[in-house]
Amino acid sequence: MAFFKTVKNKKIPSENIIVLENVCKSYATGAPALSGVNLTIKQGEFVFIVGDSGSGKSTLIKLLLRELVPTSGDIYVNGQNLQQLKRRNVPKYRRNLGVVFQDFRLLKDRNVYENVAFAQRIIQVPGREIKKNVPSILSVVGLAGKYKAKPRQLSGGEQQRVAMARALINRPPILLCDEPTGNLDPKNSWEIMKLLEQINQKGTTIIVVTHNREIVNEMQKRVVTMKKGVVVSDEEKGGYIDED
Amino acid sequence: MRISTFFYTLKQGIINIFRNKWFSLASVATISACLLLFGIFVAVLMNFNNIVKKAEEGVSVTVFFAENVSEARILEIKGDLEKRVEVSNVVYVSAEQAWEEFRMEYFGEEYSHGFTENPLENSSNLEIYLSDVSLQSSLVTYLESIGEVRQVNRSEVTASTLSGMNTLIVYVSIGIIAILFAVSVFLISNTVMIGIQVRKEEINIMKYIGATDFFVRSPFVIEGVLIGGVGAGIPLGLLYVLYNIVVDFIVQKFSVLSAFLSFLSVQEIFKVLVPVCLVMGIGIGFLGSISTVRKHLKV
Repeated sequence: MAFFKTVKNKKIPSENIIVLENVCKSYATGAPALSGVNLTIKQGEFVFIVGDSGSGKSTLIKLLLRELVPTSGDIYVNGQNLQQLKRRNVPKYRRNLGVVFQDFRLLKDRNVYENVAFAQRIIQVPGREIKKNVPSILSVVGLAGKYKAKPRQLSGGEQQRVAMARALINRPPILLCDEPTGNLDPKNSWEIMKLLEQINQKGTTIIVVTHNREIVNEMQKRVVTMKKGVVVSDEEKGGYIDED
Repeated sequence: MRISTFFYTLKQGIINIFRNKWFSLASVATISACLLLFGIFVAVLMNFNNIVKKAEEGVSVTVFFAENVSEARILEIKGDLEKRVEVSNVVYVSAEQAWEEFRMEYFGEEYSHGFTENPLENSSNLEIYLSDVSLQSSLVTYLESIGEVRQVNRSEVTASTLSGMNTLIVYVSIGIIAILFAVSVFLISNTVMIGIQVRKEEINIMKYIGATDFFVRSPFVIEGVLIGGVGAGIPLGLLYVLYNIVVDFIVQKFSVLSAFLSFLSVQEIFKVLVPVCLVMGIGIGFLGSISTVRKHLKV
């Protein structure tokens, strides 16, 4: 087993699945969205990223998705320097990340089965394997019986489960969740978080960007707090820090 | 690309058409409307051109020769004339033929016997038909420079009218094509804008979960090409049916003009129209879909 991954004369310990080194991101106008962010996330960790609007959480997610590139600094994901990633290789890179959004982002005119199968079709998994994999992942998220339903026929919680099934079907090592409970009631929010915990226990690294104080405080996971583009606190088994 | 992926992409392209049926319908209608106008214009233009060409073929210059010019020399001049580019055909009319024609036309059989000699003895002539009527003047200048030529008869008015008509057709063609082009671009860009709104979210989702540009684009391109093909097929079908009806109507209603009006067959028109319309329809669909998707691939 390799303990180091070499990235352009730089060795990143292979257990460090996400590494941000002095990352800055500025837009054409306004204050920098991120200033000198250093963050290391180990394989298999469950990390909450919290902070108010404008703290830089969304920019961080966009940088990890390689939707944006940093103005300065380096980001390594799975040993790969995202600065050096060519545009044509971005799709392949994104297949290492499962992504769950606040607004679910399901294809509205396709049923549950097709929404989940879609993630496998884009990586050209043979049809017969898709037929095996989709029911299996739908049973993990508790939606085996609803594979024919269209998104509009499902509750918010169920739609988020479909989004999670889609994010997980290709077995990505990292799951990025951007406000996954933002549109859900407390009961559904907890169910989603329990599901994320189960997935984490099987070895998937999970990063959850959230505003949900109750969940963060209750779950006692690592909490990275951001404020005005800077990491102001990073605690193992931390809680939600109130804004003064 | 896997065969299963190809069929999936093809299926998605077809499903997309029905999924966004109003958008598809608007696109087909836009392309059809533009190509129908274009088709009508091409059909009218081709027929008009044909009528003018037929009229041009009837315009001739007649050359009379001086006394004592031998038939051999006249035939030699005929040979030289036939080599010129503006000349399509040269007919030699001997003095006997000229008299025969004149006699039959003006006197009839019974009155012409009074003439014992040919009164048109020096009327051997060459009738020269032009391939391009606008070059009549230069041909006449050439003819008048030949020593044996006594007189050149020409129809200046007909030639200049036809020549002017040709120029008019060129200008009108350019004008109408420019207007049609502008209208098509306007309508298609509007339709494409609607398409962008419908598809923006879908393209974003595909890109976030790791679809390649090719994978995202393919169903849209198939959709665009199919819409373009149908958009070209409808006006072609309509034109095929309408053309004969309209031609029959004109021939019946304006029978007085039947000597001047010679219409091309629908097959002759379609030899040009089918490939041009299909290429335009499919091309518009292809380019429209590619440009719609491209703007949203940079996610």
